[in-house]
Amino acid sequence: MILLEPLINYFIVSLALLSVGIYGLIAKRNAIRLLFSVEIIINAAIINFVAFARYYDTPLLTGQTFSLFAIALAATEAAVGLAIIVQAFRLNNDIDVLELKRLRG
Amino acid sequence: MTDVVFITVSLLTVAFAILALEARELVYGAVALALSFLGAAALFILLDSIFIAIFQVLVYVGSIAILIVFVIMLVRREKWVSIQSGTERTLGIIAAVLLFSTMAYFSLSTSLTTQYPTPTVLFNFSEIGSQLVNEYSIILQLTGIALAVSVIGALTMAKFENR
Repeated sequence: MILLEPLINYFIVSLALLSVGIYGLIAKRNAIRLLFSVEIIINAAIINFVAFARYYDTPLLTGQTFSLFAIALAATEAAVGLAIIVQAFRLNNDIDVLELKRLRG
Repeated sequence: MTDVVFITVSLLTVAFAILALEARELVYGAVALALSFLGAAALFILLDSIFIAIFQVLVYVGSIAILIVFVIMLVRREKWVSIQSGTERTLGIIAAVLLFSTMAYFSLSTSLTTQYPTPTVLFNFSEIGSQLVNEYSIILQLTGIALAVSVIGALTMAKFENR
């Protein structure tokens, strides 16, 4: 039974999270929802890191170390993205990404 | 037992991720996102990576989710409740389903499905620490610089006065 084999299960879960994130990036116009999608995709990547490191022949610790870096960088990305959203809201009174045309040439 | 826990946790994680994008009210979406992160932390515990789970709860659920909730309170408007995007939505669903089905189908024929013997070696936290300091010290310092720069940048941008 496929469901009970270890590595493919985690791969499928992270694949599902990636698909949800891609759907959000395509379908949503609210900037905060786009940030949600990016966070979900990063989470899927981190799950993959940890799962592949765990089920290596001799378990690797490098996957865990790198997921620490990935989590830290995701935090910086969220901070900068939220600051940009706040600033865009102050300037345009809206965070619909199709309405943000100020930088268009 | 582990399989039941795994199936429940992974279903909850994906379901909360979908709910985070689809919830009508943005605040409920943020809460669902935090719960989805908690589910991912539970997956890390199932993978014997307790330290990553702790870090995930501290950073994602503790700080990012709270930050998102505060920003939603700052930029909240009633109009968003009724935003509907028909064609983009169908396009997104088609793209997501295509991506998921093709990658899942092709991954079923790779060596991912082979049953590996479960490793008996358990990790200990101190090895992560020594690896961080010895082998990846440059990356650690660069991450620190990136954190500092992003926090300063975020503060400067948020403080910017409206003209």
